[in-house]
Amino acid sequence: MKHLLSTDGLGRDQATAVLDTADRLKQALLGREVRKLPTLRGRTVITMFYENSTRTRVSFEIAGKWMSADVINVSSSGSSVSKGESLRDTALTLQAAGADCVIVRHPASGAAHRLAGWLKHTGTSVVNAGDGMHEHPTQALLDAATLRDRLGSLDGRRVAIVGDVLHSRVARSNVHLLTTLGAEVTLVAPPTLLPTGVEKWPVAVSHEIDSELASQDAVMLLRVQAERMTGGFFPSSREYSIAYGLNERRLKLLPEHAVVLHPGPMLRGMEIASVVADSPQAAITEQVRNGVHVRMAVLYHLLAHEEETA
Amino acid sequence: MASRQRGATDPAGDREILSAGDVARTVARMAHQIIEKTALDAPSAPDVVLMGIPSRGAPLARRLAAKIAEFSGRTVHEGTLDITLYRDDLRRGPTRPLETTKLPEGGIDDKLVVLVDDVLFSGRTIRAALDALRDHGRPRAVQLAVLVDRGHRELPIRADYVGKNLPTAKTEDVVVMLDEFDGRDGVVLK
Repeated sequence: MKHLLSTDGLGRDQATAVLDTADRLKQALLGREVRKLPTLRGRTVITMFYENSTRTRVSFEIAGKWMSADVINVSSSGSSVSKGESLRDTALTLQAAGADCVIVRHPASGAAHRLAGWLKHTGTSVVNAGDGMHEHPTQALLDAATLRDRLGSLDGRRVAIVGDVLHSRVARSNVHLLTTLGAEVTLVAPPTLLPTGVEKWPVAVSHEIDSELASQDAVMLLRVQAERMTGGFFPSSREYSIAYGLNERRLKLLPEHAVVLHPGPMLRGMEIASVVADSPQAAITEQVRNGVHVRMAVLYHLLAHEEETA
Repeated sequence: MASRQRGATDPAGDREILSAGDVARTVARMAHQIIEKTALDAPSAPDVVLMGIPSRGAPLARRLAAKIAEFSGRTVHEGTLDITLYRDDLRRGPTRPLETTKLPEGGIDDKLVVLVDDVLFSGRTIRAALDALRDHGRPRAVQLAVLVDRGHRELPIRADYVGKNLPTAKTEDVVVMLDEFDGRDGVVLK
């Protein structure tokens, strides 16, 4: 693997290989005093975040450091980006400075793909850590890892993705990955929060949450992304919460084994009630924990083999 | 195959070095040697832990542990130690899948750890295993048991227990087959 830009086009074997590596890494680190593997010693990983992030940036940084890579964080404020440097020039600068891997988060959909194109004839790998409303592949991988932990396998499992699908890169990446891994995905959202063309996605669509819950093995809640909304997508957050929020009553509609996921940051009381977020069915902190192992696995698959310049 | 003369070369040029019976006898002999050298049957016996290196070192460690229990009446814990993340040649080939790591209950701190592998060749796997062990804890001592020592060391590493010393050419291939993976036991030189 040279880059990880999207889960669209990521094959079942490749995705399973990354998830298996993540499992083994978790196992290898279990209960050790020294949480440091020498595997990526001497490799340089640069995170380039043009959007705010806590968990993704920290998770990548920890993943790189636990593998002994040198990790450097660049954010748009405090770097030459704030002086007006373009994404391309910044990327070429980081590559020239010796980055083996650039992890990029950017508000523009397609930014990571463009970056990979500019770095094509170099040895530098690109990881998409979220591009606009397009994809966030490592989030989908860590969600899949969490579901595998809890449910055994994704084959034939039913997963509902509830909420702001329109603005969600997490939803897009998950739709591709979970269906590739054999799950049946249902999107649950008001029509205003579903993208056009959703009928061509390999998913079922519903506008009603209550009737869907009993048949699901997992529910993934999405944050309503107010920062990406310019018009009125629903009357009020209270109304949204009543219509689509996962509250205590709805939690009881789910089968007992069902898993509740949230990519974070979550708005308690909006898309998820506090009692639900803290219930044993919620796997939200497991998602974060798995995120580190999955990102270690991604770095392993990108950097621990002979160089590909394609 | 089973009836074939030991040491005979088959039409493909493969020479059987150890038959299934030989493998069983060799493992039993190595178990006796481990008991003797570590003084496992003495009252003040040390805590011995066997760590198999995947893939084929893992079942070998299990078999040795079973034999040691049978011969000495002492239970020795065993685990598996994947060394892939500690290899020095990861950038010389395609991505290597990781194998299982499972520490024995009680860990390895202050234990006498016997690393178990099928073939000892360059010694690089054992170098990696020593590094991996260090990250998992601090054993009292580390020893090495291998089913076949085929020579050609590239590092100053030597085994404490050797099932079979087998002089080889560098171009030859030593294939250890174990029932758990290959459906039968045996060692073949290709």
